[in-house]
This record gives sequence, C-alpha cells and structure tokens, in this order.
Amino acid sequence: MDVPAFFFTLFSTVMIVSAILVIAARNPVHSVLFLILAFCNAAGLFVMLGAEFLAMILVVVYVGAIAVLFLFVVMMLDVDFTEFKQGFLQYLPIGALIGAVVLVELFLVLGNWVAGSGSVAAVTTPVPPGMTNTMALGRVLYTQYAYLFQGAALVLLTAMIGAIVLTLHHKVGVKRQNIAEQNARTPADAIEIHKVASGKGL
Amino acid sequence: MLNLFDQYLPLVVFAGVAALIAGALLVAPFLVAFKAPDPEKLSAYECGFNAFDDARMKFDVRFYLVALLFIVFDLEVAFLFPWAIAFRYVGDLGFWSMIVFLAILTVGFIYEWKKGALEWD
Repeated sequence: MDVPAFFFTLFSTVMIVSAILVIAARNPVHSVLFLILAFCNAAGLFVMLGAEFLAMILVVVYVGAIAVLFLFVVMMLDVDFTEFKQGFLQYLPIGALIGAVVLVELFLVLGNWVAGSGSVAAVTTPVPPGMTNTMALGRVLYTQYAYLFQGAALVLLTAMIGAIVLTLHHKVGVKRQNIAEQNARTPADAIEIHKVASGKGL
Repeated sequence: MLNLFDQYLPLVVFAGVAALIAGALLVAPFLVAFKAPDPEKLSAYECGFNAFDDARMKFDVRFYLVALLFIVFDLEVAFLFPWAIAFRYVGDLGFWSMIVFLAILTVGFIYEWKKGALEWD
C-alpha cells in the first residue's frame, strides 16, 4: 500500500469507528472525547484533500472550542442519564416509526437530487497552481465574496448579542469595584467629624 | 500529492513520537509500579468524608456565556488568517472589507463590555 492510501485508510477507519462510538458509548463524556477524535481525523482527511486551511480551522474551532463546550455541558449539566433510558422500550415503536419515515424521506430526496448546472465545476475548481490553499481562499474571500463576508460578520454579531440577551442577568445590589471612583476619594468626602456632647448619642 | 506528504512528514514523526511517549508512560506504571491495593485506598476520597453527591450539578449559565463569546471571537480570528496571507494581493477593497468586518464585531464587543458581560459580580 502506498503512503496516501495508508493515511486515507487510517484516518477514515479511525473516524468511522469513533463516530460509531460517539453514539454507542454509555458515558456521554466518552462520547464527546470520541467526537474530538473524529474531528481530528476529519482534519487529517481535509489535509489529504489539500484543504489545509479548513483542516486547521476544524482543529482550532471544533476541537478547541465547540467540543470543549460540549464536554463542559455534558460534564456539568444536571441530567440523570439513567432516567433518560427508562421507558426506552415503551417509546421504541414510535421512535422506530419516525426514524423509518425520516430515512425514507432522505432516500427520496437524495434519489431525486440533481446537481445544478455548473455547480460541480465550481465546487471542484482546483486551487490555481503556485499558491497555497489559504492564499487562494484569501484572494477571493475579501473581494469577490465581500458581501457574504460582511454577512458572516452580522451573523457573528447576532450570535454575540443573542448570547448576551438570553443569558446575562445581573444580580441586583452587587457592589462592584470602581477604581476611578476609589482613587478620587478624598478625606473630605470620606470622613465626617462630629462634636459629641458628653452623655448624648449622635 | 507526494509533495504534500513530504511537507507533513515532520508532523507525522512528531505525532508518532508523542504517541510513543504517551503510550509508554501509560503502560509503564502497570509493569513497574509497586501495587498493594486495599478497599480503603481504592475508595473515592473527598476531604475525609464519604462522597455524597453526583459530580453533575446545576451551574451558572455565565460560564456558558463566556464560552460562547470565546467562540465568536475565535471565529473572528479565523477570518484574519487568509486575510493576512493574501494581504498584498487583495488591494484596497480587501483591506476595507476586513476593516468593516472588524468594525461590526467591535460594535458587538462594545455592547458586551457596556452590558457587563465580561464582568463577574
């Protein structure tokens, strides 16, 4: 077996096995770790396709951020997973029915799906010779696809504002540090001197 | 294709050496470490008393908020890499489109700063 075939077999085998283990593992934390393994192998496959930028972004964003977020949620969320499994047999028939319907629909859609004219050529356009994948991406992303790029900015802005609106609740009556205010304090407004007469309170 | 593998050969060697060392460190204790197990030694230890609760518990949603904001800025940085590489070729339009992109996200950044999303009260 030559070198590319060996690495393709390695990455794809490990990826498929770990993808199956994601849904087969009993412990959800193990599922997320197998998901990370699947992402890493997908990155390896992207490198073999010559899509190096995509591979590195997959590692940085999916492995570095999203999988860690999943892990975080799975480890900390107050969910009893044995309780979920209860009533499994009770719901099995209807679940299997819905699954079968979705599967048939998928087959119908994919069976009748025809690629638009020219889209195959556009997708498989090779990277111009003499430049790296990232360079080729950068040369069109910010000029030819500038509007889509600004659209991505707006999507990110929406995500940011949505996350804040949905989750941010300040506790009332919390005293925060205000360093400027603290530094601006003088003895005149911090100390009060009273003359207290003997035998009387203030 | 072969050129690609020549470029990534150091990475393969690196991954191989890392796997070898990690595997050796994982296996070595089973072979060489002194073992004298005892039910008390193997039981969960939580500051002297018996573990009484599950590790899963409700936590503040703000941990999640911090992670979400991190992902947004992570993606913003991801867009900067091809721009930096192709900087000399994209011209004024490419430069200003990135400046507008950063400006839009700076609006979000100012919003979260002013809302106090980065503060922990």
